[in-house]
Amino acid sequence: MATTVVTDAPASDPVRRARRTTVRRTAGVGWAMLAPAAVLMIVFLIIPILLTFGLAFTNARLISPVPAKFIGIDNFVRLFGSATFWKSLLNTVIFAIVIVPVQSGLALVLALLVNAKVRGTNFFRTVYFLPVVTSMVVVSMLWLFMYQQNGLINALLGRLGIVGPDWLGDPRTALFALIVMSAWQAMGFHMVIWLSGLQTIPGELYEAASLDGASTWQQFAYVTWPGLLQTRTFILITITIAAFSLFTQVNVMTQGGPLDSTSTVVFQAVRTGFQQQQTGYASSISLVFFVIVLAVSLVQRYLTRDKELKR
Amino acid sequence: MSAQLDAPAKGVVHAAGEKRRPWLPWAVQALRIALCLVFGLPLLFMVVSSFKPDTQIFGDLGSVSAFLPVGSLSLDNYQGVFERVPFARFLINSVIISVVTVGLGIVVNSMAAFALSRLKFPGQKLVLGVILATLIVPFETMALPLLWWVNQLPYFDGSIGWLDTYEVQIIPFVANAFSIYLFYQYFDSIPKELDEAATVDGASWLRIYRSIVMPLAGPAIATVAILTFLPAWNSYLWPLMVTQSESIRPAMVGIDYFKQMNVSWGQIMAYASIITVPVLVLFVAFQRAFINSIASSGVKG
Repeated sequence: MATTVVTDAPASDPVRRARRTTVRRTAGVGWAMLAPAAVLMIVFLIIPILLTFGLAFTNARLISPVPAKFIGIDNFVRLFGSATFWKSLLNTVIFAIVIVPVQSGLALVLALLVNAKVRGTNFFRTVYFLPVVTSMVVVSMLWLFMYQQNGLINALLGRLGIVGPDWLGDPRTALFALIVMSAWQAMGFHMVIWLSGLQTIPGELYEAASLDGASTWQQFAYVTWPGLLQTRTFILITITIAAFSLFTQVNVMTQGGPLDSTSTVVFQAVRTGFQQQQTGYASSISLVFFVIVLAVSLVQRYLTRDKELKR
Repeated sequence: MSAQLDAPAKGVVHAAGEKRRPWLPWAVQALRIALCLVFGLPLLFMVVSSFKPDTQIFGDLGSVSAFLPVGSLSLDNYQGVFERVPFARFLINSVIISVVTVGLGIVVNSMAAFALSRLKFPGQKLVLGVILATLIVPFETMALPLLWWVNQLPYFDGSIGWLDTYEVQIIPFVANAFSIYLFYQYFDSIPKELDEAATVDGASWLRIYRSIVMPLAGPAIATVAILTFLPAWNSYLWPLMVTQSESIRPAMVGIDYFKQMNVSWGQIMAYASIITVPVLVLFVAFQRAFINSIASSGVKG
C-alpha cells in the first residue's frame, strides 16, 4: 500500500522503483522507532482498558487457582444494590460539583493577581505553586495533623474564640475538609494554565476596549472571559476528572470514614479489587467510573463547542 | 482584582481606577500577601515542626511560634525516622524508580514522536489519533484491571506475575501519550529541511534523530522530564498495591508505617520534609522550566 504514493511525475521505471524502496524503507524505520512505545502502550494501557470491560462480567479474583468465569451482569446487580457504592458515588459527585467551580474560580483569581507587572509577582506565583510540587501523600499527612481536634487549624480558630469541630471525625465536615485541602493543593496548577491562557489574548483588544471607555469589569467580561474559552474547557475537564479520581486523600486521611462519608468510587474499587482481591467486582466499579469520565468529557466538549458556533 | 489584568493600556485603566478608588492597588497587594500565607504557611509549619519535639509542636500551636524555628530544636526526629523504618532504602527506591522512568520515557517517547512527526508512512495519522484518544482515560479507571493483568504476565525469569518488583513500578509508565504528544509538537516546529540536507549527506533516520533533532529538542526534553518525574516521585496508589517487600518500596508508601505505629508527629513531619524539600528546592531553582512545563500541559484542550 506504500507504493500508491508514487503516481505523480512521468518518471522512468528505475527512478520509480528507487523511490518505492525508499518509501518502503522509511515505513520500516518508522514502525521500528514507534515499536517500543506502541508495544508498551498496547500491553499496559490498551489491554487493561479492554480488560476493564471484560473482567467486569466475570468473577475474576486477584490471586486464584481457578480461572475466571463469565457471570453476566451479576457484578452490576450487586454493585447497584450496594448502599456503600451509592454513597461513594454521591460523595464523588458532591466533591466534583463543589470543587470544580471553587477551584477553577479561585485559580483564575490567582492568575489575575499574578498576571500584573508589579514587583514581586514572580515570588507570589512561586509560593502559590509550591503545594502543586508537594506530593498528595505529604499534603494529606500535613493536613491530617492540621485537621486534628487539637491540631493547627482549631488552635488558630481557638485564638479567635471559635471552637472548631473534629474536622475529619465528623461525618458532616469530613468531605468538606477534603475539598478544602484538595483545592489548596491543586489550585496553583490551574493558576498556571489560566495564566498561559491569559497570555494568548492579544493586548490590542484591551487597548481598543479601554479606548472605547470600557471599565475594568467590562474588559474582563467582554475581552478576557471570551478569550479564555479553550482554557476553560481544558480546566473544567481536568478538574472534573481529577475530582472523580479522588483516592489518595481518602486513603491517607479517613479510610472512607466516618460512616462512609468520605468513601469514593476509586476508594471502593481499590478496597474491593486490592484488599478483598475481587478483581471482577472492582472492574465493574472501574467501568462505571470510566463511563462517567467519558460522559463528562463529551458533555463538556459539546457544551463549549456549541458556544463557539454561536459566536 | 480584575484591575490587575496585564493590559498594555493599563496606564489609562489604572489612572481612572485609581482616581476613584485609590486604595485598590493596596488592597490587591494585601490580598496577594494574605494568599501567600495561605499557601506557604502550612509547608513552613511542616518543615519547622520537623525540628521540634512533639510536646513543643503542640505547645506552639496557638501562637506564631508554630511557624518559627524557636525553642528546643534538634535533629532527633530525623534520626528517629531512619531508625524506625528502612528510610534510606525507601529513598533510594524512589530515586531509582523515578530516574529510570524519566530516562526510558524520554528515549521511547521521543523516538515514537520522531517517527510520527518526521517520517511519512501509512497508518501514522491513525496511530497518533489512538494515542491522543487515550489521554482522557485516567489511570485510576484501569488500575485494578492492570493489577490483575500484571499478575498474569510472564516475568523475565520465566515465572508468572510482576508483583513486588522494580519493573512493575517502572515499565507500565514508560510509554506516555502526553509525552509523545509534547515531543511531536516540538519536532514539528524544527525545520524539515535539516532532514533533507542530512539525507543528502547520507545520514540514516536514526542518525538524524540522534544527532540533529534530539540535540535541538532541549526544552521539550526538560518539559517531559519534569512532567514524568513529578508523578513518578509522588505516585502512591500503584506502589501501594504492587509492593510488599521493603527492599523495593518507595518513600511515598513508606509514610504509611507511621500511621500504624504510635504517632510521632515530629517524625512524620521530618519524613514528609525529606521527601518534599528536595523537590521544592529543584522547583524554585528551575522555576521557569517547571511553570512552562505545566503551562504546556494546558495546550492539549
